Amino acid sequence: MAAENTPVNESKKTNPIKDFFGNLFKPKERVSADAGEKNNWKAWLYLAPTIILLSVFTFYPLVNTIFIAFLKNYDYVTQSHEGFTFDNFGVVLGLLGKGVGGAMIPRWQCIGFESEGALGYYLDAAGQQQNAYFTMDVIRYAFPNTLIITFITVPVSIIIALLISIGLNSIPAFQKMFQTIFFIPYVTNAIAVGMVFAVLFDYKGIINYLFQLGNLTWIDQGAPTWRAMIALCVYIVWHSLPYKILIFLSGLQNIDKQYYDAAKIDSAGGFKTMMNVTVPLLSPQILYIMITSFIGAFKEYTSVVGLFGKSSTDGGGTNNLYTVVYYIYDQVKGNVQYGAAAAVLLFIVILIFTAIQFKVSKKRVHY
Amino acid sequence: MAYDNRNFIQKLFKMPTREEKQAAREATPEYQAINTAGMTLTIKDRAKNADQLAKAQKIGRILFLVLVYAFLAFMAVIVLFPFYWMIITSLKSTTEIRALQQTFFPTNVLWSNYITVFNSFDFGTYVGNTLVVGIISTLGTLLTTIFSAFAFARLNFKGREALFGILLATMMIPGEMMVITNYITVSRLPWYEFGVGVVDGWLQYKDAVFASMIVPFWVSVFYIYLLRQNFKQIPNELYLAAKVDGKSDWQYLWKVMVPLASPTLISIFILKLMGTWNSYVWPNLVTTNNEEWRLVTNALRGSFTNSSGEPQYGIQMAATILVTTPLLLLFIFFRKYIMRGVGRAGIKG
Repeated sequence: MAAENTPVNESKKTNPIKDFFGNLFKPKERVSADAGEKNNWKAWLYLAPTIILLSVFTFYPLVNTIFIAFLKNYDYVTQSHEGFTFDNFGVVLGLLGKGVGGAMIPRWQCIGFESEGALGYYLDAAGQQQNAYFTMDVIRYAFPNTLIITFITVPVSIIIALLISIGLNSIPAFQKMFQTIFFIPYVTNAIAVGMVFAVLFDYKGIINYLFQLGNLTWIDQGAPTWRAMIALCVYIVWHSLPYKILIFLSGLQNIDKQYYDAAKIDSAGGFKTMMNVTVPLLSPQILYIMITSFIGAFKEYTSVVGLFGKSSTDGGGTNNLYTVVYYIYDQVKGNVQYGAAAAVLLFIVILIFTAIQFKVSKKRVHY
Repeated sequence: MAYDNRNFIQKLFKMPTREEKQAAREATPEYQAINTAGMTLTIKDRAKNADQLAKAQKIGRILFLVLVYAFLAFMAVIVLFPFYWMIITSLKSTTEIRALQQTFFPTNVLWSNYITVFNSFDFGTYVGNTLVVGIISTLGTLLTTIFSAFAFARLNFKGREALFGILLATMMIPGEMMVITNYITVSRLPWYEFGVGVVDGWLQYKDAVFASMIVPFWVSVFYIYLLRQNFKQIPNELYLAAKVDGKSDWQYLWKVMVPLASPTLISIFILKLMGTWNSYVWPNLVTTNNEEWRLVTNALRGSFTNSSGEPQYGIQMAATILVTTPLLLLFIFFRKYIMRGVGRAGIKG
């Protein structure tokens, strides 16, 4: 432990929420600097590479993607489009369908539906019945799947990680060993381990064998969506535990021992101490993990590819595990404007969720 | 008379006060028969005395520890089991993997899966590609990170806090917003070929594809944030001393700040390298024209299914081990740097 005294270690003592989000929302904070001397041109020279790269690959794409989301029939190869429209959002949400001659038909004008709402019938101006084709990928698969993944994996993994880190914090020996073991899933490749889980959940695999489930299909073609979802959630939780344990444990180790002594004098039991001392004092870390893992779960993609490969989402198979980000990436080389519209919607949803969590946490987080 | 604490109803019906009740109780023969001299005082908590309580607490503590260890061991088994299964599956034949009776150790160890992987899967090429992309993009990231962190931590300029706030805000934007436009940008770039001149189709050329896998990832805001925090903790006096010695900002940065922040820089280096090794989405988009330009991870998925589409799990797992082992080796050697870096950042691809 030669580097014990380096500044990095000291910085571990501050809590992540306060110094990360604090910086974000209080940019006026004073930073120690040399005595008032202004180095304007020199500073901009140092920042030039970063600013140039960020402009080209972050700021411009951000503006441009929002722009594309409002373009009608955009072709990215020729850069041609037919003006501005809000239709892309309607198409992505399954509210607008393609009728005869590319006309946009709202869902409520249809008189009947087939193939799970993807095909609608409407009457044209002459009173003839015509077909309208709707994109149901987002509204029927991607968005519900993403919500299910988020609302299952985030709470489950946070609770398990909390239990593990509280356990780790209370044992006298082997703490380092366990800590290392629990961190290993973090340094693995999401695709590679996804393939391992595909073997575990194979219909002739070890999970069925251990639990004596016969030849249940989990991830293969033809497996019901809810079972495929269970397999996916197990994998996501397994893969997301290490980071949470690391953050929680470092938070726990910074809690002053005197709180526990006080709880002991009040003869509070183990569970009571956990709920009334540990969890409130850990609330900054819990909030930080909640926000980051909510955002992470909304953007789940590589886990789906790792576990299922391309096969299970292609062509709307029976166990369609499309996620929102999966849909977006599928549109990159085709209907870019729909991908862009979906990305904008995802961005808005993430912003709303983050804002709600901040609002809630104002009352509940104890710094 | 003592204070009358009866309420008005009790007063109305002339009920006895507390003192009157106590006096009546003491007047009974049963009360007077109690022999206080022959009594001993014991203080009990939930029907236990101090010795018993200490013993019970000790037993409770041991029981608690046993439970905690059992729980941790159980979770550790769950965490490690996929790795164990990956290893033994890579040594099994397809028939044994799919057998009715699952075996926890291969009945005959089949090293040939690995030979098949090396023969059918161009592992060397993919690792080479990944290392080239990973190292160049990591070095670039380190440079931009050091420069910007230095400017933000040490130099005083107009709009510094505002700019830093904007940079941090970009981390909240989902990367998918960028991927769409960035793909359009690189796919429409022209390429210059010697002897031919400017030609269309950037993604048709190997160097161009590699550049598109490297250059967009030369900036990482999180690492700038991380290093700035680190730089800020270096005391001002060192800077002033260096100024007195006639050192320029540039010399001070490389001679003092960078060496002092080297643990953070090592963390960034390793995490960034691991990020490239694990990156999937972007390489998958830009390397569609030629399989030989792929990186390890996107080459891995979708390979090794036989002609009827059945996955050959043994060979797949052998390849998976080859992809996972370098990461685990890095972890073993740089555990401290990785865990410290991740504790503050997390891998950003």
